[in-house]
Amino acid sequence: MTDATASHTPQPGQGGETAKSSLFTVSPRTRRRNASERRFKAYGVTAILLGLLFLCFLVYSILSKGLPAFTRTVAEVELTLTQAQIDEAESTLLKTGAYRDLMIAELGKVLGDVEPDAIQRIVGNPGAMLRNFYTANPDAIGDTVAFELPTASRVDGYFKGRITREGQANSTFLTPADLDLADRMQEEGIIKREFNWQFLTGAEASDDNPVAAGIGVSVVGSLYMMFVVLALSLPIGVAASIYLEEFAPKNRFTDLIEVNISNLAAVPSIVFGILGLAFFIQFAGLPRSAPLVGGLVLTLMTLPTIIISTRASLRAVPPSIRDAALGVGASKMQSVFHHVLPLALPGILTGTIIGLAQALGETAPLLLIGMVGFVALRYPDTIASGFLDSNSAMPAQIYTWAARADQIFYEKAWGGIIVLLVFLLTMNIIAVILRRRFERRW
Amino acid sequence: MSFMKLTASALAVAAVSATGAAAQSRDTVQVAGSSTVLPYASIVAELFGENTDFPTPVVESGGSSTGLARFCEGVGEGTIDVANASRAIRDSEIETCAANGVDEIMQVRIGYDGIVFASQIDGPEFTAFEPADWFKAIAAQVVVDGEVVDNPYTTWNEVNPDLPEAEILTFIPGTRHGTREVFEENVLAAGCEATGAMEAFVEHGMSEDDAEDACMAVRTDGVSVDIDGDYTETLARISSNPNGVGVFGLAFYENNTDTLKVATMGGVAPSTETIASGEYPVSRPLYFYVKKAHIGVIPGVKEYAQFFMADEIAGPGGPLANYGLVPDPELAATQSMIENEETM
Repeated sequence: MTDATASHTPQPGQGGETAKSSLFTVSPRTRRRNASERRFKAYGVTAILLGLLFLCFLVYSILSKGLPAFTRTVAEVELTLTQAQIDEAESTLLKTGAYRDLMIAELGKVLGDVEPDAIQRIVGNPGAMLRNFYTANPDAIGDTVAFELPTASRVDGYFKGRITREGQANSTFLTPADLDLADRMQEEGIIKREFNWQFLTGAEASDDNPVAAGIGVSVVGSLYMMFVVLALSLPIGVAASIYLEEFAPKNRFTDLIEVNISNLAAVPSIVFGILGLAFFIQFAGLPRSAPLVGGLVLTLMTLPTIIISTRASLRAVPPSIRDAALGVGASKMQSVFHHVLPLALPGILTGTIIGLAQALGETAPLLLIGMVGFVALRYPDTIASGFLDSNSAMPAQIYTWAARADQIFYEKAWGGIIVLLVFLLTMNIIAVILRRRFERRW
Repeated sequence: MSFMKLTASALAVAAVSATGAAAQSRDTVQVAGSSTVLPYASIVAELFGENTDFPTPVVESGGSSTGLARFCEGVGEGTIDVANASRAIRDSEIETCAANGVDEIMQVRIGYDGIVFASQIDGPEFTAFEPADWFKAIAAQVVVDGEVVDNPYTTWNEVNPDLPEAEILTFIPGTRHGTREVFEENVLAAGCEATGAMEAFVEHGMSEDDAEDACMAVRTDGVSVDIDGDYTETLARISSNPNGVGVFGLAFYENNTDTLKVATMGGVAPSTETIASGEYPVSRPLYFYVKKAHIGVIPGVKEYAQFFMADEIAGPGGPLANYGLVPDPELAATQSMIENEETM
């Protein structure tokens, strides 16, 4: 306060100078204060600009590295398989390999004088796709069917610019001569690029057939986990916070609980993973790699977040509402459930969605319960079995891909990040909309 | 009250699914262990799921020691069925296993894998190493003028005048990786013998065992960095350090020939041929271990092992060999071993 008034109030001992001060001339002291305000504003703007710069850099690197994952290079092949050929392929141990060889032979006829090994280096291992098609459509045997088969990862990388001709000089997986063949196939219209639906819907794939890898199944795994988290942490969290906030006596014991809930919110997530391994898998006997266990572990992690945000929004409801309800004869419970809770609901939902979004991006606890690795291999057979079938989760899938040798997995990991960010962004937007539309201020 | 009903039904759903889980037995084979074996195991797991009626096994990574530790936790559905390892199981691990009731273990040798020494493709000319170079570069103690001293070397040309004048910076596998053990035995210990450091250690009053340990002790002044993650982490470190030299598996190197260049070891270039013939000095067998008690309990355990070691998969020309595995010449013996369920 003294700062603000100093320039206008004459001070003892400074009489001569202060008498000259006027509103129209700026005193050095005011100038200093104004300058320091301008400096502070500049710091703020710089901080925001730096933040924006980092954000732009992040978005740019994610998009530039991840977007290629959404397109793929395919080779169009027309294939006519007879029942005899199918029977022969089915009689071998490596059935998918036999189907692949049939396709390579067919493509060899189209391309003329080319080594089968070179064709295989270009088309990769589409055997499983062919076998699945003929198993599902036995009527197609004998007919001519046009297949769009994803090419091998390095051919895909060559057409996307990820791989250069020089870089392949020492490679055993794709030689520069193969690239000439790939170029020829592109000129003839056999090889083309298209949107990669398989990336969005597909399952994990091994290093033998990396182009087939998709994030679809692990998205389903994540959704199952989020369902478990929602179904458990919302009721438990809300019940706990209503009791603590509205009914519990204020004493040392409830204080202790309160402190511990805050502490729990700060516990590193890996700790919950160890707890989950020890309790849910080793003690309770639940299966490893199951989204149910993942969901239970993430529930433990999300509960404190939900309890804290629910208590905050219950506290934000003015006491007058409670007093009015009690005053017209409502019981304590009626006042809470008929009046306080509906008013606190937007805040509770926002907190829940943010808690869920946090759980959605969590990898560390899943590492210990077997959801990280070569896991997300098929969609659950039924909706109910999805809780117990081995599955992965989006962040775990990204983590796994980032550790693989073939560079296409790196691209897919960035693509997976885009998918994950789309989910997180959607959830956060829903949270914002809920808050905007239903929140009441007093 | 609808909210209460919702709560009650959600809890009921969770309870039902939890009890259902406990009652249902596991039908997926669970595998964990070496990150070097992971690509091979996941290739086989994928093919196993595609070509048989069994569900695709789950393969986790984490390192040989981690995998074997989990393997030895006990018998039952909560424990893994198969452990992958890039080294043979240790006696201490067999004892831990036995103490936890895992006394019947089948050891399956998948094939061989080379360990290669690679650096940035545009970096200094690291083209030929000897085990002695590596011992002198990264051992904790070396012999200089007959005296045992803490390692004084900072550049490669101090170690060997033929090597480039570049700062020593190596990225070697951490101790939980099986690759580390092979690296210590075939490179550091071999280099120790070759430079005569082993004899010098003994002369300076160390016992035979202590001298062996001293041969494999790596300097801790930041010149050699232990990598506990996967080879991608080593690759990332190499990409950001032009002088860095990393230890990789042959298959990983072959997947990344556009960014890495490989050095010869003892004058031999690493390739599936030189490793199969035994000329290349740093190679090791890869294994997986099967818990016999789970055969017949968890569906598909034996079938997975049989499928893995079939000629079409692990033999020459199969998908594993295509990826970089050196096939085991004694495949037939392994197949009959699995067939008869012979334990160690």
